[in-house]
Amino acid sequence: MSHDLVFETAAGLQKRLRAREFTPREALDALADRIAAVDPALGGYLSTDLDDARRQADAADVNLPLGGVPIAIKDVISVAGHPCGCSSKILAGYKAPYDATVVARLRAAGAIPFGRANMDEFAMGSSTENSGIQLTRNPWDTDRVPGGSSGGSAAVVAAREAFAALGTDTGGSIRQPAALCGVVGVKPSYGRVSRYGLVAFASSLDQAGPITRTVEDAALLLGVMAGADPHDSTTLDQPVPDYTAALTGDIKGVRIGLPKEYFIGGIDPQVEAAVRAAVDQYAKLGAEIVEVSLPHTEYAVAVYYIVATAEASANLARFDGVRYGLRAKDTSGLLELYGKTREQGFGAEVKRRIILGTYVLSSGYSDQYYVRAQKVRTLIRQDFEKAFEKVDALICPTSPVPAFKLGERSDPLAMYLADIFTIAANIGGVCGVSIPCGFAQGENTGGKALPIGLQLIGPSFDEARMLRIAHAYEQSTDWHKRRPPVAG
Amino acid sequence: MPAPELDVRYVARLARLELSEEEIAKYQAQLSDVLTFVEALRKVDVSAVEPTAHASAVFNVFRDDAVQPSFTSQEALANAPRQANDLFVVTKVLE
Repeated sequence: MSHDLVFETAAGLQKRLRAREFTPREALDALADRIAAVDPALGGYLSTDLDDARRQADAADVNLPLGGVPIAIKDVISVAGHPCGCSSKILAGYKAPYDATVVARLRAAGAIPFGRANMDEFAMGSSTENSGIQLTRNPWDTDRVPGGSSGGSAAVVAAREAFAALGTDTGGSIRQPAALCGVVGVKPSYGRVSRYGLVAFASSLDQAGPITRTVEDAALLLGVMAGADPHDSTTLDQPVPDYTAALTGDIKGVRIGLPKEYFIGGIDPQVEAAVRAAVDQYAKLGAEIVEVSLPHTEYAVAVYYIVATAEASANLARFDGVRYGLRAKDTSGLLELYGKTREQGFGAEVKRRIILGTYVLSSGYSDQYYVRAQKVRTLIRQDFEKAFEKVDALICPTSPVPAFKLGERSDPLAMYLADIFTIAANIGGVCGVSIPCGFAQGENTGGKALPIGLQLIGPSFDEARMLRIAHAYEQSTDWHKRRPPVAG
Repeated sequence: MPAPELDVRYVARLARLELSEEEIAKYQAQLSDVLTFVEALRKVDVSAVEPTAHASAVFNVFRDDAVQPSFTSQEALANAPRQANDLFVVTKVLE
């Protein structure tokens, strides 16, 4: 059995399975060997169920679009019979009773949901250090974070111990870890992909999306995942285009906007240089580069930490020690049962956000905080609408810095600013993608090469053109072909 | 700019969340920083702006009022910390 097949992309693996070069069972076993070899040093997976995956592999139809391809699942997405703990102690032992719609759609396309990827607890964080279960390390430098909250998903894809993974993105949780790990991550437009079966964090911002090694793989997975779902009334009944067919390589005449508010200092010089070089590359590929303005950008992080925490405080009220998960022992009375269960089950960041969210919704303060934030949200959305009258996509860094060191950002506010370039897309409901665009290397990185992510933001429901633009650049570079040191 | 008035002890009670004294002191300081940061929103003129609750252009989605397949009580109870007689067991509410 050939172990080099773990270096295949999802599309490449599927092609070889379809050609009967080897069986899904052999691919899965090669992947399991790979996980056993590299994951102890990285901690990307919380668990894997090889027996269950082997049963799926033996039954897989390799003629389906994702037939026989194992896909890692972030621990916030339900797979029937698998744990779904959101990397939280409060959901210890919980098993999902049904498949999320995105998982059901992957299965119908022949994919094998395999493994639970680590994350910041309840998707709250930007480094995966808020996991209540374990740390995940960046495959490019194991002293550094993989980003978050989908840090496990991004790390396992980068380290070639998953062919592809699912993540979720509420304020950058797919794109930022994809950038920090040197892989591709797509946040679909709000309403493009069903949220049914995702454990809710902030319902008006959450979207599930693919984390992959190439734009082609992201297009393949997104095409399977997207579309209206009767179980999620916020999905839009719009046709799902053939995203793979959209990857023509031709971007002549495409207008790409450079938002001036995104280049105003605070960006690592190597990140800025790599992104500016990518902009030049786009001009060479025939795109027209236009400066645009998104005047309310500076308010996005503040809007986010009011809206997202308000919604989270309501969504997390369901964890009460009665219906599932942890129940505190030796309590007297219902209020003490709730209070102690939540004290013991939730980690510090989750507690902080529940308190902040409860406060901004509380009587006497909701107009001042929550309603005002919703109004500024309207202005941010309108900024995007105006910009997209002039351009087809926006370009900027995904993260202002490459991967930072484990333990470096202990102050919550400093951690919140890690998402400064990704948050606005969630607030506006538009789509975004992060693709590799270079490496930072020097004294400040300890000599290690750390990936840099380029973000493209597209209008709502225009993933096809956004992916075409991303793919054209990717194919003109070879950043996505470099493997982290742990990947051999 | 008025100082944020967040009382962590009181709000934690509203959220049904018990906290240690150390946690209360720590979160009080950290969340005061966050609230000071979000005070920036006061600079924006929102007098003529409608709020956005979510970014999806759909409202009032209805389905047929028809019975659909759903969990059996055992499936619904499968993750319960305590159950008996096909019911969730909670601690005594009334003395």
